[in-house]
Amino acid sequence: MAQTNIVLEAKDITKQFPGVLANDGVNFNLRKGEIHALLGENGAGKSTLMNVLYGLHLPDKGEIYVNEKPVLIHSSNDSIALGIGMVHQHFMLIPVFTVAENIMLGDETVRRGMLDQNAVAEKVNQLSKQYGMDVDPLALVGQLPVGVQQRVEIVKTLYRDAQILILDEPTAVLTPQEADDLFRIMRDLTKRGVSIIFITHKLKEVLAIADRITVMRAGRTVGTVSPKDVNPEKLATMMVGREVNLVILKKQANPKEATLVVKDLHVEDDRRYPAVRGVSFEVHAGEVLGIAGVQGNGQTQLAEALTGLRPTQSGQVTLAGKDITGKTPRVITETGLANIPEDRQRHGLVLSYTIADNMVLCNYYRPPFANGVVMQPDQIDANARQLIKDFDVRTPSPFVPASKLSGGNQQKVIVARELSRPIKLLIASQPTRGLDVGSIEYIHSRIIQKRDEGAAVLLVSSELDEIMVLSDRIAVMYRGQIVDIVPAANVSKEYLGLLMAGVKLEDAVKSAPKQEKEIKVERVF
Amino acid sequence: MQAEKQSSSLARQILKSATESSLIPFLAILTAVIVGGIIISIVGGNPFQAYRGLIEGSLGSQKALSETAVWATPYIFAGLAVALAFKGGLFNIGAEGQLALGAVFSSLIGYALPGWLGFDLPTIIHLPLAIIVGMIAGGIWAGVVGALKAYTGGHEVINTIMMNYIALNTTSFLLNGIMKDKSPTNVIARTPMIADSARIPTIFEGLRVHWGFLLALLVAFFIWWLLTKTTLGFEIRTVGLNPDAAKYAGINVKRTITLTMVFSGMLAGLAGAIEVTGLNFRHELGFSIGYGFDAIAIALLGKSHPLGVVLAAILFAAMRNGATRMQFITQLPVDLISMLQAFILLFVAADAIVRYIYRVKSKGERVVLTRGWGG
Repeated sequence: MAQTNIVLEAKDITKQFPGVLANDGVNFNLRKGEIHALLGENGAGKSTLMNVLYGLHLPDKGEIYVNEKPVLIHSSNDSIALGIGMVHQHFMLIPVFTVAENIMLGDETVRRGMLDQNAVAEKVNQLSKQYGMDVDPLALVGQLPVGVQQRVEIVKTLYRDAQILILDEPTAVLTPQEADDLFRIMRDLTKRGVSIIFITHKLKEVLAIADRITVMRAGRTVGTVSPKDVNPEKLATMMVGREVNLVILKKQANPKEATLVVKDLHVEDDRRYPAVRGVSFEVHAGEVLGIAGVQGNGQTQLAEALTGLRPTQSGQVTLAGKDITGKTPRVITETGLANIPEDRQRHGLVLSYTIADNMVLCNYYRPPFANGVVMQPDQIDANARQLIKDFDVRTPSPFVPASKLSGGNQQKVIVARELSRPIKLLIASQPTRGLDVGSIEYIHSRIIQKRDEGAAVLLVSSELDEIMVLSDRIAVMYRGQIVDIVPAANVSKEYLGLLMAGVKLEDAVKSAPKQEKEIKVERVF
Repeated sequence: MQAEKQSSSLARQILKSATESSLIPFLAILTAVIVGGIIISIVGGNPFQAYRGLIEGSLGSQKALSETAVWATPYIFAGLAVALAFKGGLFNIGAEGQLALGAVFSSLIGYALPGWLGFDLPTIIHLPLAIIVGMIAGGIWAGVVGALKAYTGGHEVINTIMMNYIALNTTSFLLNGIMKDKSPTNVIARTPMIADSARIPTIFEGLRVHWGFLLALLVAFFIWWLLTKTTLGFEIRTVGLNPDAAKYAGINVKRTITLTMVFSGMLAGLAGAIEVTGLNFRHELGFSIGYGFDAIAIALLGKSHPLGVVLAAILFAAMRNGATRMQFITQLPVDLISMLQAFILLFVAADAIVRYIYRVKSKGERVVLTRGWGG
């Protein structure tokens, strides 16, 4: 397997979209049994290249070779026939169907005019045993955790005899543990001769798993390197095209009075099950309190309750000495809250509105943006121009709809809007999810800047790295409760991992075997 | 200098967006006219003669123009009602019922109020009162549906349809019962004539077009101003486009939904009230059949933009009005017009057909492509 045995090659691929040259003479090749990472910022052209390889776009120029034979890929059917399988970032699964039904979808096995679920189930069992992937073919997809749903997608491609696998940002939706599982599966697959293209913008993952790394920037390939020869700083520089600060420089926090006080808060989720079960904490002016935890342990509901988007069952929340329990978002905002919501497209923006309108979404009714009931477009435009400059939003004009911006720039619009107001408390939920290195760097520095200006910051994130970089104190949530609150300065990632699994140190000592198991998981990562 | 450049490019932008958004409706109308022409030839008529009749009958004389304006008046009000609801993310199928109630209450004030009071009222009080009471009736009727949607989640499409049944049958009950014109010669389910003091005067001597048409244009301008220039309009549009973001932004979503339906119902009620006070001077069972439903078509064709609604309403009015002349010239049935309207709507709703025929690229598709760039 050492010799250069190329299974897929793209030569000089060029693809023009209205207004953007998405791929400009891109060259890329994949060897048999390797994991080849494709790294680049949002908008660098990674997805376009993959969509060309998977037959979703026709290139304007360039050739594709599979097993050294030139091919034309006009549709996903062509690529499947050539043994190329793709797992999209957003899964293409039907939640109310079983795993077996989803896997045969589009390629149904029929027996006497009826779907033969058993035959499919058998083959799925065989495949999952062969590749070490635990999947129950008769389970309903909607009831499976996200990590397992992703396995279903992978099995689906293997079921169609894929020898080349394209994974588009596969870890974006996974917990650290699930990501470890995925990496183990990827290694198993390559041992069995499957070749994998791994699209991502996370540097650490690439260095941990890839055999080769190709970096793209602005529609071109910057270069292909081996992980042995590079470090995160060098990769980041290749991606962004300039030096990037991966380590944020922040001064010692200078905490003052308690700005946000939460006492014994109880909150229910959408299905009316308890999601936050008796949480108490304080956030002081001038400090960042990070809420860590595996996704789905009540952090989302906690943030929504604190910002007024979700009713509270019991408990008390005070902001700057004022009781805001169960108050409306407007009252809380006027008390001094800035809210960077978890789902930027659902809560944070009206996508068809212009950037200018989105930048006054929370204070459109106040002077100078409105004079009585009449809105003041001149003021709104001037505000947008100023914020676009101050927060480095990349857009041709303030009148562009928010839907036309990249994810990073959309998030910058929200950050600009929220941080440009005088505030006492910032609640930031997953503030950099899905963003590129440059945007992450920028948004992190803005959050720290707000802290240093004396705001209290509550940071909710499932990215442990982000929590550790930004926080002064870290609260870990597990099953709706805070397991422990620890100072960020001298806590290890291993201990946080234990807390995220619900184990406190004194408990951990008592149940030693469990602790050992958890630490092993960390080592694999 | 630069500001000048900016404002001229802004003007160009507005013009561009206006032509872009009116392109599909225009092509839909063109296609419908061609398809309609083919069908006329198939049934043995002469399409050119038919369309000439249609144009003559709707625009060919002072009287024709006046009648087109008369038809257009309720269409504009009711079209605005549906369009406003669309902007707020609501589908008001109940304009027909709201309109009927507006007409009932407006006519009640028009014929009965002087009797109740025991003295005649001056026009300056009686006429506005009759119109406002009709508006309020429509507003309350739709507001109930809005409140049900906002506070219980009951879907407005189902509830407006149900409220239509209640409104239309209640109207029928009233017009056949206590509100029926008691004069011995009357056998029709209709109210007595309203007092002179509750009537809108005509604009020109001898033509039926009344000041209600001008009011409709003013109201259309007001709705445009409300939606685009005021905080309330911003709230209505935000709730319509993204209720979750609206809640996040501190907008009272439930109140806004209720209010949007109230305003929508008031516009529909206004359509009924103006028909009574400006044209028929009484409410008669069956006079309004279809206005409220045509209004949905008009709002769709006008892309829910107040100016678009006015133009679409005038087009529909012209077609209805010219149909008689067309039938007179060509012996083709007036129902052909309903068919033509249906075709226009079909091509607007299924705009992929029109885009395919005229090779118009979809803007929406381009947005999807843009998302594909993100890697």
